[in-house]
Amino acid sequence: MQKRKILEEKFFLWLMRIVTMSIILVFVFIMGIILKKGFHAMTWEMVSQEPQGGFYFGKGGGILNAIVGSLYLAGGSTFCALVLGLPVALGMNVHWVTKTKVVNAVRFLLDALWGVPSIVFGAFGFALMAYLQIRASLLAGIITVTLFIVPVFIRAFDEVLRTVPQGLMEAAYSLGANKTQIAFTVFFRQALPGFITAILLAFGRGIGDAASVLFTAGYTDHIPQTIQDPTATLPLAIFFQLSSPIPEVKERAYAAALILTAIILIISIVSRLSTRKFKKNIL
Amino acid sequence: MAALLGISAKLTNRISTAWLNFAVLFLILLPLVIGVGLIVKSLPLLEEAPIGTMLSSSDWSPQQGHFGFFAFIMGSVWVTLLSFVLSAPVCLLAAIYLTEYSPGWLTQTMYFVIDVLAGIPSVVYGVWGVLVVVPLLADYVAPALGLSTTGYCLLSGGIVLAIMAVPYMLNMLMEVLRSVPIELKEASLSLGATYWETIKWIVLRKGLTGIIAALSLGISKALGETIAVLMVVGNVAKVPSSVFDAAYPLPALIANNYGDMMSVPLYDSALMFAALILFVIILLFNSITNFFLYRIKEV
Repeated sequence: MQKRKILEEKFFLWLMRIVTMSIILVFVFIMGIILKKGFHAMTWEMVSQEPQGGFYFGKGGGILNAIVGSLYLAGGSTFCALVLGLPVALGMNVHWVTKTKVVNAVRFLLDALWGVPSIVFGAFGFALMAYLQIRASLLAGIITVTLFIVPVFIRAFDEVLRTVPQGLMEAAYSLGANKTQIAFTVFFRQALPGFITAILLAFGRGIGDAASVLFTAGYTDHIPQTIQDPTATLPLAIFFQLSSPIPEVKERAYAAALILTAIILIISIVSRLSTRKFKKNIL
Repeated sequence: MAALLGISAKLTNRISTAWLNFAVLFLILLPLVIGVGLIVKSLPLLEEAPIGTMLSSSDWSPQQGHFGFFAFIMGSVWVTLLSFVLSAPVCLLAAIYLTEYSPGWLTQTMYFVIDVLAGIPSVVYGVWGVLVVVPLLADYVAPALGLSTTGYCLLSGGIVLAIMAVPYMLNMLMEVLRSVPIELKEASLSLGATYWETIKWIVLRKGLTGIIAALSLGISKALGETIAVLMVVGNVAKVPSSVFDAAYPLPALIANNYGDMMSVPLYDSALMFAALILFVIILLFNSITNFFLYRIKEV
């Protein structure tokens, strides 16, 4: 009996160790393949030029259009998400802090929205475009991606705002501050690291998602000049180029995947570092 | 000056509160608007054929006006189940290890891994799947079993999805397992139970609702994933009969056909209806799951 117990303990401990290690190994494997293939295919041309004539048959050019397009799109929608989401996140913790039921209902709704797949937002964005009479463009892409990342931003920021001590609000009230002042000067400042994490998280979602821009942002070989131009995006550039039968074009997909992964990694690292840096100001 | 500032503070307060109310109203209405928008768009199709027949027929020939979603629904169900079977035990075991046994540095490393895995865009997982999983299945696994496949099959989709679901499931599971009160564990240990027995009889029992909820969040994540699946799953509109058959899940259907949907009558309507099915299923699924997760967090 005793022996069996020990055996069972040992067995599961090792099983768990192996499983945990295998997750780390798969992670290393994925990163390794992307880095290896990507570096192999990476050239300066890739990041510095728009596609030239015959690009999709393996001739010269790069994917600058997609890189800039993705940055415009993700930047624009992160900004819109900020304008729309910041007051909501703050309001949930300052203006309506006493109305627990309302706030919880909003949280519940946002969590449900968080899980809705981006392809559904893409389809909805497409329906919306038909209704508003706009064609596939940077604007339509930004609208769709904004709807998609707003719940992510609000909930991520909200989780941090919830940890701000209530005493601070009472102290600010007693000094005669109104709700807006409390929200934007006291709470916002206290939750600054969370704000940066939330912004970067939303930005990362926006730049990495393909399904929501597939219908809405279009695709073009040029950098968009106005908000009504269609725009290329990195995920779609990868997707289209990988499905090409020509090896040179496929190689470019690997390089583009490396660029996108690098952007995501940079975001992740910046988010960690800035969290540490801004923690100094927190009470 | 002070008076002036006082006025402006009052004014900004009013403007900001108005904007806040508008933004909240907008967000509350958003799911409703999405739902109504998709319904309106899929109405032309719904008027044409009854919902029941469309969901149960697997005759997909848009040119003739036959839209049967059964093959796609089965494709979605199978690929999601497969990914669940592959990822759920792994995540559960890893979560137990990381919360109960592992040294601190390993847990910290794992948080970084989870962070990056969750951040990697799905299209990059797709690239990895095409480069690694597809050839692996086509050249090694299937021949070893005496089968032949192109590698673009249900199992590839399942594997890629399983990896994509890991960071979400693992993160939630760790949160759930952490919330089990330490006193319960201490009581069990003091009665002479081994660590594993404590986990088996106390931690897993106590956290059961949370574990189920965390795993279902992973399922709903897998159900809606589009691009990565689209790249590896083969996209043949047929009910798959083995894991080495190609499948065609709903999200892939929507994403793959947006090009031709304007040229065939009712096609766009059919794709919007597919989006509606996904939206309703996942919204329901998430709401139920979150309901349980909220209850756990409150206790």
